[in-house]
Amino acid sequence: MNQPYGVAAVSAVIVATVAVGALGLRISRTTSDFYVASRSVPARLNAAAISGEYLSAASFLGIAGLVLAQGVDMLWFPVGYTAGHLVLLAFVAAPLRRSGAYTLPDFAEARLESRAVRRAAGLLVVVVGWLYLLPQLQGAGLTLGTLTGLPSWSGGIVVAVVVALSVAAGGMRSITFVQAFQYWLKLTALLVPLLFLLFAWYADGRPAPALDEPPGFRGHAEVRVDDGVTLRIGEPLRVTVTGTVDGHRHDGEPVELAPGRHRVDAGTVLGFPPGSTVPERSTAGGDGGTSTGWAEPRGHAGEEHPLYATYGLILATFMGAMGLPHVVVRFYTNPDGRAARRTTVVVLGLVGAFYLLVPLYGALGRVYAPDLLLTGNTDTAVLMLPDRLIGGTAGDLLGALLAAGACAAFLSTASGLTMAVAGVLTQDFLPSPRGVRHFRLATALAVAVPAAGHVVVQGLSVANAVGLAFAVAASSFCPLLLLGIWWRRLTAAGALAGLVTGGGAALAAVFATVMGGPDSGWPRALLAWPAVWSVPLGFLTMILVSLATPKRVPAGTDAIMARLHLPEAPVPVPPAGAWKARR
Amino acid sequence: MTLLLLLLCCAVVGAVCFAAGAAYARGAGHVLGAGFVRGAGRRGPARGDGRDPDGVERATFQTLHTASLAAPPLRAGLTADTARKAVRRLRPLLGTQSLALTGLDGVLAWEGGGDHHGEQLAAQVTKAVQAGRTRSFFVDCDRADCAVRFGVVAPLTAGGRPKGALAAFGTHDSAAVARATEEVARWVSGQLELAELDRARSSLIEAEIRALRAQISPHFIYNSLAAIASFVRTDPERARELLLEFADFTRYSFRRHGEFTTLAEELNSIEQYLELVRARFGRRLQVTLQIAPEVLPVALPFLCLQPLVENAVKHGLEDSVERSLITIVAVDEGAVARVSIEDNGVGMEPGRLRRILNGEGGPTTGIGLRNVDERLRQVYGENEGLVIETAVGAGMKITLRIPKYHAGVHAHAPTGREG
Repeated sequence: MNQPYGVAAVSAVIVATVAVGALGLRISRTTSDFYVASRSVPARLNAAAISGEYLSAASFLGIAGLVLAQGVDMLWFPVGYTAGHLVLLAFVAAPLRRSGAYTLPDFAEARLESRAVRRAAGLLVVVVGWLYLLPQLQGAGLTLGTLTGLPSWSGGIVVAVVVALSVAAGGMRSITFVQAFQYWLKLTALLVPLLFLLFAWYADGRPAPALDEPPGFRGHAEVRVDDGVTLRIGEPLRVTVTGTVDGHRHDGEPVELAPGRHRVDAGTVLGFPPGSTVPERSTAGGDGGTSTGWAEPRGHAGEEHPLYATYGLILATFMGAMGLPHVVVRFYTNPDGRAARRTTVVVLGLVGAFYLLVPLYGALGRVYAPDLLLTGNTDTAVLMLPDRLIGGTAGDLLGALLAAGACAAFLSTASGLTMAVAGVLTQDFLPSPRGVRHFRLATALAVAVPAAGHVVVQGLSVANAVGLAFAVAASSFCPLLLLGIWWRRLTAAGALAGLVTGGGAALAAVFATVMGGPDSGWPRALLAWPAVWSVPLGFLTMILVSLATPKRVPAGTDAIMARLHLPEAPVPVPPAGAWKARR
Repeated sequence: MTLLLLLLCCAVVGAVCFAAGAAYARGAGHVLGAGFVRGAGRRGPARGDGRDPDGVERATFQTLHTASLAAPPLRAGLTADTARKAVRRLRPLLGTQSLALTGLDGVLAWEGGGDHHGEQLAAQVTKAVQAGRTRSFFVDCDRADCAVRFGVVAPLTAGGRPKGALAAFGTHDSAAVARATEEVARWVSGQLELAELDRARSSLIEAEIRALRAQISPHFIYNSLAAIASFVRTDPERARELLLEFADFTRYSFRRHGEFTTLAEELNSIEQYLELVRARFGRRLQVTLQIAPEVLPVALPFLCLQPLVENAVKHGLEDSVERSLITIVAVDEGAVARVSIEDNGVGMEPGRLRRILNGEGGPTTGIGLRNVDERLRQVYGENEGLVIETAVGAGMKITLRIPKYHAGVHAHAPTGREG
């Protein structure tokens, strides 16, 4: 990949983001016409903003990488990320808007009249935000690392600093415009290269991804192994080796590898002849690819309990979308509940369109970049493909466009999350008086923690890490929102117990996974996909504790239920006559 | 406040008197019921003579404690529910066979046996209330299970008006019970008095809020109508438009439901206002708007921006001859919306502004600024008032911070409260 193009593209995206954020309002909304000034955000624009904020590095890079490595089972990621909005649309969007809440803690306070629940919800927002920021910074490190060759932790730090500065300086003022711009940028960055890639693929004779066989190299391929790896080889393989294999140094001479395990040291370059199959990485779990069962459901690698894992993924993503703090705050922009619903419908369309494109990159990657299975950098597949298929300046330009899209992905999500986390920190956790300085301090804190975490925890799959954030959100906020909106006997004690138990359990599982918990068997599956048990746990705790404290149903429950579910009072219609036609 | 303290003292003194009365009654041996000297009687070693200081203290404590338990329900006023709770506490205090609390037209709660005498009691209550003093009466009853032979009715008053009566029933005539009942009734009256005061205080606060609701200035109405009148002959179409604008503006300003509105609606009313101002001042007034669409749905106290714009117009147009420029900016700052209204008018001396905001500006100053400032503080807390930057000749910039969510602030009142 050509460095100057990519760096220029990424810089352009950063500059454009800051410029639109800082100047968008001034340019688009300075008027002397009240009619123009008081036009609320149309559903389409708001939906684009929500989608822009929602489609993160995990969607842009991670899903293609997972599909490439682990096959069709991973399609549940895009399905779940989209369907989460369907649940949001059906059960939450309009009542949440009518509650008048801006953040999730606001909703908790409005519904349950309890400061304690508000604080617990605030704490969970911060935790979910941090968990979600971690993979964004990782995606940033990956993209910038691929572009510039910098170590991957430095890219994350660069983006963390950019995001912190722009948020703290108020550069995200016209956030709706920024995020909508980012959505269209991401879609363009994904769609245009894909068209070219598909042409190239067609011209290449439409090679299908080897469905049930181990993927093979289509031409002579040189693969550099950056980390030490153990390869499992099924049939004898003749490769050229520059580096160390099985403890022997070689310098560009051919080596015959017998079936079995072979240890390849870091920095070794392997040359594969055309048509040879890609050896399998035999590290436990992680990103290793399968050689078989790619196109079969419930066959993905590293999962001993694929059906359970699939249900874990489905539950987490379906129920988790409504608990993402940066998505929830965008609903406030809608003027009323109806508009919130309409916005969500458009979001479904926009997000769905985006997710249709992503798996194609995974499939193309399976054909043209199987060596990523060997090196384990499957998350970079999207960025690599133009170079592999098209090459030359065109390939460089398309690659730069994809890098720009990836940059937009982690910038938009990271800044949205940072704003949400910093807002909650200022409101609920830093001592008053609140001021600009407090907000800046909170912003620094909001970014610093995940940035530090991202340096410490390396090598987590981007999409998987996001899945964990979804699991925590699904186990805590999903019960709070669904029961809060649809069940009038919810009490503050019940909500608090449910948030602590459900969210806490999911969080504990996440930490156990990230810190390297059990390696295999049911314990690993249960901890890696906690949503299956932690979501029902959250619901059950909330319901049971609420039923045990029937006398503590908040006094204003009927009033707030009426507000949540009744349409807003109609705005008084001006007297008859079309005299209001504006000049 | 003084009155409140006074009443509290009365209540305490009354209770102490009652305790003394109880001790006396015990000494005299006129025991109608068993529960009367409960507590003190059981523990007091020197039963009967009342000379043991420990015993008296304990009796006093016991009595005051029982009374304090009966106080909270009574403080909520006299209803069937509160009467039931209070009578349950009060009967052990008097130790009578049964005890009843009545309103002016019927028994509210009856503790103990003999509640079939309700009719009879109602008649006695009417007499006692009319006479305004305690009455005792004999009860004729042929039911075998009814031990009630004698009753005492003491009227209850609050704020100088009768509220009901307290009635005690026993097996035989007793002057001590009559006295004790009268004292308890006096104490109950004290509590009812406090309840009335509570109600008065909360309605005072409500009235204050209502008084603080923005008022549109009478001058403005007069000026607008005069300006519209000047168009009636020359430009009837414009006059009609302005009249409709005026009608809309007054409807919004005079609406009665809901304390809060949205920024979008408030902007709409400002537009109507400025349209009417333009009718008077024509092109001398220029307005620039920069409103972040994200903050349009923010809920804020009803009519809290329009007076500020009115203020800006006044400073810019009425007190000078220059061209006036007003800038209204609303930006999204995450959890809060920051709204500022700036004019290039004559400005104001900061000291004078401070006096106006403190309510010491004298009768000639408008109340717009102070009113908005006070309402913002009342709704969002003491630190969230107006921030005003100004100096003589330097224009004025007023900034408000409005939280996007604040407990209890909802722009859309539930449906059905229209009008």
